[in-house]
Amino acid sequence: MPGITREEVAHLARLSRLELKDEELDHFAEQLDVIIGAVARVSEVAGQDVPPTSHPLPLTNVMRADEVRPSLTPAEALSGAPAAEDQRFRVPQILGED
Amino acid sequence: MSVENLVSFEDALASYDPVMGLEVHVELGTATKMFCGCSTAFGGEPNSQVCPTCLGLPGSLPVVNAVGVESAIKIGLALNCEIAEWCRFARKNYFYPDMPKNFQTSQYDEPIAFNGYLDVEVDGETFRVEIERAHMEEDTGKSSHIGGATGRIHGAEYSLVDYNRAGIPLIEIVTKPITGAGAKAPEVAKAYVAELRELIKALGVSEARMEMGQMRCDVNLSLRPLGQEKFGTRSETKNVNSLRSVERAARFEIQRHAAVLSEGGTIVQETRHFHEEDGSTTSGRIKEEAEDYRYFPEPDLVPIAPSREWVEELRAGLPELPRLRRRRLQQEWELSDKDMQAVLNAGAIDPILETVAAGAPADQARKWWMGELARRANESGTDLSAQPITPAQVARVCALVAEGSLNDKLARQVIEGVLNGEGEPDEVVAKRGLAVVSDDSALGTAVDEAIAANPGVADKIRDGKVAAAGALVGAVMKATRGQADAARVKELILERLGVQG
Repeated sequence: MPGITREEVAHLARLSRLELKDEELDHFAEQLDVIIGAVARVSEVAGQDVPPTSHPLPLTNVMRADEVRPSLTPAEALSGAPAAEDQRFRVPQILGED
Repeated sequence: MSVENLVSFEDALASYDPVMGLEVHVELGTATKMFCGCSTAFGGEPNSQVCPTCLGLPGSLPVVNAVGVESAIKIGLALNCEIAEWCRFARKNYFYPDMPKNFQTSQYDEPIAFNGYLDVEVDGETFRVEIERAHMEEDTGKSSHIGGATGRIHGAEYSLVDYNRAGIPLIEIVTKPITGAGAKAPEVAKAYVAELRELIKALGVSEARMEMGQMRCDVNLSLRPLGQEKFGTRSETKNVNSLRSVERAARFEIQRHAAVLSEGGTIVQETRHFHEEDGSTTSGRIKEEAEDYRYFPEPDLVPIAPSREWVEELRAGLPELPRLRRRRLQQEWELSDKDMQAVLNAGAIDPILETVAAGAPADQARKWWMGELARRANESGTDLSAQPITPAQVARVCALVAEGSLNDKLARQVIEGVLNGEGEPDEVVAKRGLAVVSDDSALGTAVDEAIAANPGVADKIRDGKVAAAGALVGAVMKATRGQADAARVKELILERLGVQG
């Protein structure tokens, strides 16, 4: 059963904007491989007739009426933000110089 | 902005066949967001319409908006789609601060509507645009980029984000590849977006105002050498936000692709930015592969399984579709294709209909909306429906003309008065003293004066040249500042001169 490669871990890290050192890549690749292996064993037990479970409860069509409910105040909304400016969330540079 | 080599549109079409794909995002007109009860009202203070759910705070749970689902099904049905019996939401994972959750709740391989079509007309020819899917998702927050030269993301030092828009319901409508349009491809693209907008408005699920970003279009385009089956590499021009721009973007990309390909180059699969000022596009980011979004079923939202009863109920309640409605009105109003197109382009269908509903004959209603009012709308660059006159007021003017109280010239002045805020048509008539004079004693003096002042003309009329009476009618109209009943004046002149009309 194939697990996860070091290259795939590096790719995921890049997508998540996580800077990982070489030894960290080795470390996480090994750990994630074990986790994926464990999950794969469950798949082995489940036969073709058992569909993957995305929701544990047999519910559908849970909807709410289109009625406005109170929002947070801007101050409340921003209270957990590491940085704010002009009543907006301030985030670091999105694109690098390249 | 880099200068692109272009070949002429005609030369491009001589060697290549364009293939398009159009992705349209429609912001629904719901009162609340897709997954929480925050208001969707436009223009609120920054971050005043947010809550733990749309901010993606830990422990919050989304619940889908019933009207959002209903609107999606209506759009799907109007686009002749099949409606899924069971479908799920999915997380589209990406790292970008316009979504505080780090994913957008969307649908992936289980869209709520799929396999449909929309017929559009270009130069009287019907073109079927096939619909791949219509799915539900949510809008993103709004970023402003600070530092750097132009407020653009490139060179910015940091960004500020307002999440009021994050979570507003969107329906994304994706066409299948549009082939076979040839040189008409840009017009087909425009006609498709125009027809879709009419459809969305008719369904009442969104006002679909492109200038307000309520409807946004991405134009995917590739070229293949004539006769080749396989599609070429496509570019994706993002956020093309007016009908005219859709046409221009498609046209520009056809010319640009042809230039690259004819020099033996290759098209890079990338997103392109469209520039309103000159209709060009420039390179954006290289497209991430689909699997990079790591879609997976959204565990916090249970599946949507629209009952067939509900779907049929919604189908039964669909309004008359815009194309069929236009065809019916064209017949009722007895217009040529060209005249009907002009009415459509001027945005005059609804104003005319409402004026007719207020009691005016269709030809009269059309005459005022397509004449005086369309001219003013055009001059001021505003929508016809935004003119400060109501269909009921136009209908009243028509009624005054019909009963003979106003002639066309006076009616124009009444309309001008209403547009200037001078009140209802009857008030304008009273204040400006605009009623037609058809009283014989009042007109008689003016007629006598006109005859006396133009003896030569009067002689011609006495000799039987009845057409010459026009000059005397003109003189009377001038003397009465246009307020005379012209038909009655002519009768009086002929009477006075002893000639049969």
